[in-house]
Amino acid sequence: MYIIVVGGGRLGYSLTKALLSEGHETLLIDKNAEVCEKINKELGSICLRGDACETAIQAEAGTGRADLLIATTGEDEDNLVACQVAKYRFNVPRTIARVRVPRNEQIFKQLGVDVTVNSTNIILERIEHEVPSHPLTHLFCLTGDNREMEILEIRAASGSAAIDKSLNDLQLPNKAVLGLVIRNGEKPFVPRGDTVFKPGDQVIAVAPTDAEEELRKLFSGK
Amino acid sequence: MKVIIMGCGRVGAQMAALLDQEGHSVTALDTDAYSFRRLPPDFKGEALLGDGLDEDVLRRAGIEEADAFVAVTQEDNRNVMAAQIAQKIFNVKKVVCRIYDPMRRDLYSVLGLEAISPTIVLAEMLKEKLES
Repeated sequence: MYIIVVGGGRLGYSLTKALLSEGHETLLIDKNAEVCEKINKELGSICLRGDACETAIQAEAGTGRADLLIATTGEDEDNLVACQVAKYRFNVPRTIARVRVPRNEQIFKQLGVDVTVNSTNIILERIEHEVPSHPLTHLFCLTGDNREMEILEIRAASGSAAIDKSLNDLQLPNKAVLGLVIRNGEKPFVPRGDTVFKPGDQVIAVAPTDAEEELRKLFSGK
Repeated sequence: MKVIIMGCGRVGAQMAALLDQEGHSVTALDTDAYSFRRLPPDFKGEALLGDGLDEDVLRRAGIEEADAFVAVTQEDNRNVMAAQIAQKIFNVKKVVCRIYDPMRRDLYSVLGLEAISPTIVLAEMLKEKLES
């Protein structure tokens, strides 16, 4: 597969290195001559100097035959334009953009970027996960057009509606499934109909995005 | 007509002044309040500090009632992104942006964005002067 990476910062550099080691034909585009020189010295001659938002540079990079373009710069608008040039001028079948401002994710989708990776939200979710009192963590949002389902981790709080009730007695939101329970940090188990929830249980759920609030109420009581 | 101008540089401020004199309702938007010094003393419109790529800022600027949106910051990509937000997300009827890079302008014209490249315009004017 021929993959073009835009932006030779920490993310772009590491990504290029990983893609190369997986055996993909990879080209990195960066504006900065020093960055290019450094990368060419380390990874071999794979870096093209120039502005990837310019049609001329993408033409030089052979974007027309690329299977994928990944824009990783720190500027949302630059990533958007690089993807749009690739998509609409060179018909690259798949474009991925790093997004820093969370609300830009939706905008990028509407403007034709196939996949967005939101670094801010990923870090936020990881931190939420490490805060013991946090009642609900987004573990995984399905990407692409099927965003309506997500995988959540919920902590059962004492005094909440779910405590001392069995799975069969819980009024779960429609289409929500509780797949796994982690109790006292022990080995996780799949809850059965007669599993009774206890305070502190970490429950992994697969649920429609709009059922999140109902699940939160059930387990955190807030 | 209600117009939002993103970028209060020389061009943005000049345009804001012209439209304001003609009696239009103008909001000038810039991330640097110092830019507003370019607005004339009798400017009756609004000068709003904020980022035109931010939907909340655009709403505060009144984009939902705006008849036109103009993006003239120094950076092509910012102009392109803001213009697309105005056009595709807020459905502003008239959207114009400045794109210095001629080839990038061609692409966005194809995508339905009205864009002016001062590079092309000036190059053509200079050429005409030479030939006259």
